[in-house]
Amino acid sequence: MGGKTLSEKIIEEHCGKEVSAGEVVVVNVDLSYMQDGTGPLTVLRMKEMGIEKAYNPEKTIIFLDHASPSPRMELSNDHRFLRDFAEKTGIILSDVGYGISHHNSLESYARPGDVIVGADSHTCTNGALGAFATGMGSTDVAAAIALGKTWMKVPETYLVEVNGRLPKGVYSKDIILHLIGKITSNGATYKALEFTGNTITGLSTAARSTIANMSVEAGAKVGLFPPDNETKKFLKKMGREEDFREVGSDEDADFEKRIEINAEELEPVIACPHLVDNTKKISEVGKVKVNEVLIGTSCNGRLEDLHIAASILKGKKISKNTRVIVTPASRMVYLEALKDGTIETFIESGALVTTPGCGACDGVHEGILGDGDVCLATQPRNFKGRMGNPNSFIYLGSPAVAAATALAGEISDPREVM
Amino acid sequence: MGKAWKFGDNISTDLIAPGRYFHLRSNLPELAKHVLEGARTEFASLVRSGDFVVAGENFGLGSSREHAPVIINLAGAKAVLAKSFARIFYRNCINIGLPAITCNTDEIEEGDELELDMEQGIITNRTKGTELTFTPLPGVMNRILHEGGLVAYIKNHKSLEKI
Ligand code: SF4
Repeated sequence: MGGKTLSEKIIEEHCGKEVSAGEVVVVNVDLSYMQDGTGPLTVLRMKEMGIEKAYNPEKTIIFLDHASPSPRMELSNDHRFLRDFAEKTGIILSDVGYGISHHNSLESYARPGDVIVGADSHTCTNGALGAFATGMGSTDVAAAIALGKTWMKVPETYLVEVNGRLPKGVYSKDIILHLIGKITSNGATYKALEFTGNTITGLSTAARSTIANMSVEAGAKVGLFPPDNETKKFLKKMGREEDFREVGSDEDADFEKRIEINAEELEPVIACPHLVDNTKKISEVGKVKVNEVLIGTSCNGRLEDLHIAASILKGKKISKNTRVIVTPASRMVYLEALKDGTIETFIESGALVTTPGCGACDGVHEGILGDGDVCLATQPRNFKGRMGNPNSFIYLGSPAVAAATALAGEISDPREVM
Repeated sequence: MGKAWKFGDNISTDLIAPGRYFHLRSNLPELAKHVLEGARTEFASLVRSGDFVVAGENFGLGSSREHAPVIINLAGAKAVLAKSFARIFYRNCINIGLPAITCNTDEIEEGDELELDMEQGIITNRTKGTELTFTPLPGVMNRILHEGGLVAYIKNHKSLEKI
């Protein structure tokens, strides 16, 4: 029998027996969370199950990040409902202003080798630390919170090997957009994506989390990065070095598929409306006027992303035909960007900065698009209607593309302004 | 018996339960008035109890919002038939007791009258006089669906151990 994949190993540890891809098992869950869009239904499901308490409240979190601060009475009432539930059960509350679930999770909760479930499809972001983290619906997460367990099928693994030096102006966002364009938006449905190669080992945890985050856009269950020195460094910076541990696939593990990407051949990639796999090289996109630029979200709202965008905007003015919205992913990111002058650069360039959270990405507030509006966003999705208006058009690109676009007022190649 | 309503490939949860109605998520009957609005504006007023949502590849991709299958169910659909489903959506359907059937939907046209036999794994197309077979659900999902969904399952068993 061959070796085990990282997914198989993590799952084995959490179900106490040997497993192979394809098996259905019940696993212990280390961390579970919900957000304000899925949370009220999750709590309702717990009530319906007759289990109104968390199996492990210190490892259960309610994040108020989607409508944050609330733009409407109905959502304020949802927030009240969730705050009350947290108070009653001892579940951790991450209130308005603390930012996006997945980022707070990376900063403060997720550990390499954990099993994490969240009532948000981008829970896979935690894969950046080597956690087996996956998004589920409210009922599944309600069960996980109540019982401390969930059931899952052990996924087969696609090993994605990325080698070579990333050219100037090309980032992890371009790697994942390129991959999704290549394998399509259901090319990895039910599978684990595992990332390896010297490009990957050279990426920061922030850059890895962009790739982990968007793994679900190829249909994957998880997007895994084996924990390494960089992971250790990141955890140390977060003051929790003790959470580090090594775990990885065996060399003779049974990978269902291997996908190779040569980083040196990549250029900035854009996902065009209305599907994430509708990708084009930026040189093929042509002239597209843009009304709104969004820099932030669970995909690209970290300090490193803000630094990249700010370095392009520094000392320049954004196009007068374009509004530029910057939304830091978390309060920690916001504070650091404030202290190091990044926020000042944005404001001076004419951009505006909002409360940490999902911001305009989910279509409820802080930048809903008008009829016919075109947006270039760093978020993970561009589905029709995503940003609150089905009559608008969303293009996705890296923070560098976003900044170059902000200056020109049309989709622009960052390599020309760097 | 119910009527088939046809949709294309890649119907996202943003098309099924649009973000602009985010504030209605705690008011599901109201949210259900907008079901699939992003894909077909008038759908909520056209669909009748017992009808079928029939689609192509990768139905339900995107957000984990369980509200999407819940409002398809609330609007009266008996099942969703597609060539393939996105992972989270598929689990959500079964958890809330809405059959998600993987089959070759090319053989179904808009307006066809369909009958679903879950036990036999057969869809009878009364309009065309044909029968379509489908792969039975994986065992675990069949057990959950059989008990009426995951809430009912957990109420009955108080655990997942035997799943
Ligand atoms: S930023 Fe957008 S994609 Fe990310 S969790 Fe929030 S709503 Fe979802």
